[in-house]
Amino acid sequence: MQQQNERLMFLSSPSMIPQLFSIQNIKNETRDTFTLELVSPDKLNISFHAGQFMMLYVFGIGEVPISISGNPTKTTKLLHTIRAVGTVTKQLKTMKRGDVIGVRGPFGSHWPVDESQGKDILIVAGGIGLAPLRPALLYILAYRQRYRKVTLLYGTRTADDLLFLSEIEQWRARLDLDVYITVDRSSKEWRGNVGVVTTLISKATFEPSKTVAMICGPEIMMRFVSVELQRCGVLVENIFVSLERNMKCAIGLCGHCQYGNIFVCKDGPVFAFPKIQHLFGKREL
Amino acid sequence: METLKIILAEHPFFKDFEAKHLDLIAGCASNVKFNPEKFLFREGEEANKFYLIRSGKVAVEMYGTERGSITIQTIGRGEILGWSWLIPPYLWHFDAHAIELTRAIALDGKCLRKKCEKDSTLGYKLMKRIAYIMENRLQATRLQLLDMYAATE
Repeated sequence: MQQQNERLMFLSSPSMIPQLFSIQNIKNETRDTFTLELVSPDKLNISFHAGQFMMLYVFGIGEVPISISGNPTKTTKLLHTIRAVGTVTKQLKTMKRGDVIGVRGPFGSHWPVDESQGKDILIVAGGIGLAPLRPALLYILAYRQRYRKVTLLYGTRTADDLLFLSEIEQWRARLDLDVYITVDRSSKEWRGNVGVVTTLISKATFEPSKTVAMICGPEIMMRFVSVELQRCGVLVENIFVSLERNMKCAIGLCGHCQYGNIFVCKDGPVFAFPKIQHLFGKREL
Repeated sequence: METLKIILAEHPFFKDFEAKHLDLIAGCASNVKFNPEKFLFREGEEANKFYLIRSGKVAVEMYGTERGSITIQTIGRGEILGWSWLIPPYLWHFDAHAIELTRAIALDGKCLRKKCEKDSTLGYKLMKRIAYIMENRLQATRLQLLDMYAATE
């Protein structure tokens, strides 16, 4: 009886019941990536930390974990930048302004933005990996005077895959932020850097021993970026990465996102690199 | 000559090189400038130089009849361009052209090869530096080939 009550209590806990949110705006970022702006009909404020994720539920289709890409200092709406690659995300791409979805969260660990005050900040993003890092960058820019040098290194497949283009232009115009962008494959019109994101590290100016690096992108990219940063002298304990796994319950119960001895949804998605370093590239996981 | 030696000493590629070796290298060096769109070299030409980029940006390209010129990589400030001067048959395998006003130190490959033959310590040091860069570029090329950002369900 007690066990049944506990089960009922758990199932009715706020973290398991989706809240209804309506789509206020949809912005196409690239051919397959879009940003949803969600608001609560009850005008709920959603406070979150940079790097956390929400579970988005398309009724009748399914639920997906999606990082928050909005500004953590502005909590009236939720922003999610999503790549349409699976059943649920493809369905989300077809939705219209005013449509309603279920939202649970926020969940998970976050980027160490407060703990990194007084340090050089190196944000390294690959592809859609800029979305979970955007809140960290916006937070840092909101409190810019608390940090030393701030640098964004961003790599994508092609110039057409660059996210937040108009915002990147604004970031580039700032004197207190260095932005370096590269693409793996260039078109005729592209006048910027060509090469993988690791090649940008040597172009950036930062004091390695006083640098905190936040990295998000494909795992293989994060692995190589970490190696390169350590080669430059960045302390391994100052390197943070965000992992992506198949989160289902989002509170560390179901085990879908288990990665070695950790649950990505509960212990992550943001990890200090030394904590997961031994798991990177393991074939059995 | 003395100015070139100072510039060489300050370039990351020659960091910690001994003064006597910098003297030898400076004897093979010259200051060069390339306006935007100017080619530094073209595929198939004799590779008798390599460049230490001081400012600007250079695109390394390959030409294919169907796709035209494809930029494989860009090289910027603090980086080096070209190692074909070191490996027979000393011919460029790619095109390279400036996409911004580019200032560089050009090093005469033939001159350097002769000096390296005479002074094996210099040759070994130079080879280690070049090998390090080749390894980095090989790794980067492998990552590019992986197409890491391609969508996966």
